[in-house]
Amino acid sequence: MRLATTLLAAFTAASLAIGAACAADPDPKAWDAVTATAKGQTVYFNAWGGDTGINDYIAWAGGEVEKRYGVKVVHVKLTDTADAVSRVLAEKTAGTNEGGSVDLIWINGANFASMKGKGLLLGNAWAEALPSFKGTDADHNPSVRSDFTVPVEGQETPWGKAQLVFAYDTEKTKDVPKSIPALLAWAKANPGRFTYPLPPDFTGVTFLKQALLELAADKAPLNGPVDKADFAKVTAPLWAFLDELHPALWHQGKTFPANYPDMRHLLADNEVGVTFAFNPSDASAGIAKGELPKTVRTYVLDKGTIGNVHFVAVPFNAKAKAGAMVLANFLLSPEAQARKADPKVWGDPSVLAVGNLAAEDKARFDALELGIATLKPAELGAPVPEPHPSWVDALVKEWQKRYAGT
Amino acid sequence: MSPWARLIPVFAVTTLAGPVIVGLLFVLLPAFGYLPALGGRSVTLDPWRQLLAEPGVWRGAVVSLAAGMVTGAVSLAITGLFLAGFHGGRAFEAMRRLVSPLLAVPHAAAALGLSLLIAPSGLFFRAMAAFGLGSDRPPDLLTVHDPWGLAMMAGLIVKEVPFLMLMSIAALPQIEAPIRLAVARTLGYRPVTAWLKTVAPVLYPLIRLPVLAVIAYSSSVVDVAVILGPTNPPPLSVAVLRWQSDPDLSARFLAAAGALLQLGITALALGLWLLAERLVANLSKQWMESGDRGRHDLWLRSVGGFGIALIAMSAIFSFLCLALWSLASSWRYPEPWPNPLTVSNWFQVLPSTIEPLISTLQIGAVSTALSFAIVVAALEHELRAGRPAGAWAMRLLYLPLVVPPVAFLFGLAVAAEVLGVTPSLLLVTLGHIMFVLPYVYLSLSEPYRRLDPRWSQIALTLGVAPWRAFLAVRLPLLLAPCLTAIAVGFAVSVGQYLVTQLLGAGRVATLTTEAVALASGGERRVIGVWALVQTVLPAVAFGLAIGIPRLVWRNRRAMLDTH
Repeated sequence: MRLATTLLAAFTAASLAIGAACAADPDPKAWDAVTATAKGQTVYFNAWGGDTGINDYIAWAGGEVEKRYGVKVVHVKLTDTADAVSRVLAEKTAGTNEGGSVDLIWINGANFASMKGKGLLLGNAWAEALPSFKGTDADHNPSVRSDFTVPVEGQETPWGKAQLVFAYDTEKTKDVPKSIPALLAWAKANPGRFTYPLPPDFTGVTFLKQALLELAADKAPLNGPVDKADFAKVTAPLWAFLDELHPALWHQGKTFPANYPDMRHLLADNEVGVTFAFNPSDASAGIAKGELPKTVRTYVLDKGTIGNVHFVAVPFNAKAKAGAMVLANFLLSPEAQARKADPKVWGDPSVLAVGNLAAEDKARFDALELGIATLKPAELGAPVPEPHPSWVDALVKEWQKRYAGT
Repeated sequence: MSPWARLIPVFAVTTLAGPVIVGLLFVLLPAFGYLPALGGRSVTLDPWRQLLAEPGVWRGAVVSLAAGMVTGAVSLAITGLFLAGFHGGRAFEAMRRLVSPLLAVPHAAAALGLSLLIAPSGLFFRAMAAFGLGSDRPPDLLTVHDPWGLAMMAGLIVKEVPFLMLMSIAALPQIEAPIRLAVARTLGYRPVTAWLKTVAPVLYPLIRLPVLAVIAYSSSVVDVAVILGPTNPPPLSVAVLRWQSDPDLSARFLAAAGALLQLGITALALGLWLLAERLVANLSKQWMESGDRGRHDLWLRSVGGFGIALIAMSAIFSFLCLALWSLASSWRYPEPWPNPLTVSNWFQVLPSTIEPLISTLQIGAVSTALSFAIVVAALEHELRAGRPAGAWAMRLLYLPLVVPPVAFLFGLAVAAEVLGVTPSLLLVTLGHIMFVLPYVYLSLSEPYRRLDPRWSQIALTLGVAPWRAFLAVRLPLLLAPCLTAIAVGFAVSVGQYLVTQLLGAGRVATLTTEAVALASGGERRVIGVWALVQTVLPAVAFGLAIGIPRLVWRNRRAMLDTH
């Protein structure tokens, strides 16, 4: 009897110890241990699901990771990344510190700032310890260490780059506006031929930021938090611009497209003359899939357009942390980045420093045909940096106050 | 009677009313600021102040109210005038057969098809352009997503008219319509006027509950609103759904207040409707006694016929639109049809439909089977106890259909979170039962009651136990109605959107949730494939419901119509 009790106590102690050891976060520096732990896990990858091309790419990545590492990936299609942020936040408030429902989030900007600020992300600078991270040459590319001016501190892995480009059909539209004031004049001359997605869609908000960055008299406050600036004074030119623009918009601004793929349809059917997207290869991808005519070309504004880096992050309470790290590592690998940059697949620019890669990886990128509608890096120009993430919420709220329900 | 049998009505009540009440409770408290699990520990009016300050709330509420009342009125008018003008005639059966399959089509698929048809770059305007009435640009007409929700109302009317027609036809035998019409005709009344003066006033109370269900659904629908409704601001139900996923915790209280406001708007729509009933009853009394034999008869008949024809045409062309887009490789305005046609879209998209298809099938099969079992048990209990279901039982049945789902489902989701129940397929299936059960009951109750009781009585006199008489005699005789009821229940389950979204926390993907997600920004070719796949499931179920009895009774033709 006493022997049984002792054995039971020993067994319980042992299993608790093992349990505690398993509960410790995986350390990417011991990569073999991470892949071993990850085998058999299911990673719930919460990512925006509004574009079929991107969804297909994520499905491909999931298939590869399952084949090579035994990690199953479920793509939870979001309409808004804030959905996943709120879920993790609700879990933290409910005290669910383990076994959360979100394993990996496609994220940047205000959502990242919110999660980092509320302590919702996995720490220990795991992102910089991933084997694939070396390829980004972060010391010479500081943009991968800063997310909308907020330091990343290794809490998210860079995934791709974005820059706002405008697209038009050269056959149907002859002259295009190359600056925000010119856009207003063009819209008035061509009523109903321009629109932008309904905020808080990220492309719509980017348009607001682009307009603000060009029209603001003093741009310095935009690099700092919004509550330290005179919001009304800084954004006054933006609202004046929009007040004049809206009557000249598609359907007089009574409705807005939901996101940038919706705008792609409008361009394809010649409902609007000029659209824009956050992906320089989006137009080429559309042409390759037969959605857009072959005569579509892209351009950037004379004073430059906004660009940023987007990331993937692991929540602090993720159930499949090791699996999520394995997926993040694969997404950052040269093979996955090259396929992502192929306009026939997605066309999203890579975050890797291609020049530093091994010969065979470099060849993958050199072999890519960027597409007839994609601007070369020199033509894209240096991206205009994003303002501080706190401006996004303020801009959206003010936009809704002024233009929702009119 | 076994004590278990007495519990059946209690069980049915719990299945229907229980979740609704729990859901409303978990919405009532947070709406006034009280939900300790989310940090609200005191009762305040802050959520209401926030709600009133939200831009676009009033417009959204008015649009919801208008959608409810207009859809109800127009659907009832078209149904009534069509029945009045064509009942018993040759065109009637043809039109009925054309319009009845619409019942099986999920709301989302019908809305997607309509959006592809009437959009400025849709099939309708391309056809106009082909006839030389357009230009190389789509017209600057705001059809889909118009600010007053007219496109949304159209999408709802297309689905609600067949539903009301089915309920009316099922209720007609109870009121001996042919006798009433015969008397009126001999007095010299023209057909439509005769019907409106003698049959309609007696028929309406029998279909009042379905009409109220239509109004309640239209005033709080989410999936059709997302696909066809205004975007800026959206109808109230869509706004409430969005507030729930706001990362700002205080928005949860705002969402609860919004859900209560939605409940109020639906209640207001129903209340206004009931008032309007009284008004119409008073005003028409004079018309009834006026002796007018039917001056406007032809005009009324044409309106009914035109309405139904328009609905049938919209349905056919929406379906055609979906089919054409699913076979298109590149179809730009103003080409009237895609050239070349290709099957590659299907091969590309079908693999990604497999998993949601399996989930849909699992949820549908289990929820329909359970609902069917409960309904049959309840009906059998009714028969054996000798007491038909009373008015209160019917009202209870309609409870999940009349209370806005966006209100009590959100409360259920909060309750599940507080109780620590994880969102899962099982929870979603249980949620589906709430909506499937009323339709299964409505579909099966008439045939069940009308079955000649003497068949079972003979079996009992031959000495078998009641359960054997039930299994061996009553069920086989009711094979066709049972399968139809199952098909109806399955179709309802396939078409559910909000239950799956809220109780599954976005992690359970069914054909409908995926299709609605595609509505904003999804490629139209992909939308075509998804909407068609979504429609195939209920169509197969109905096909089986019609085919299996014919197969099973191929040597016993009289078994096919046993009432």
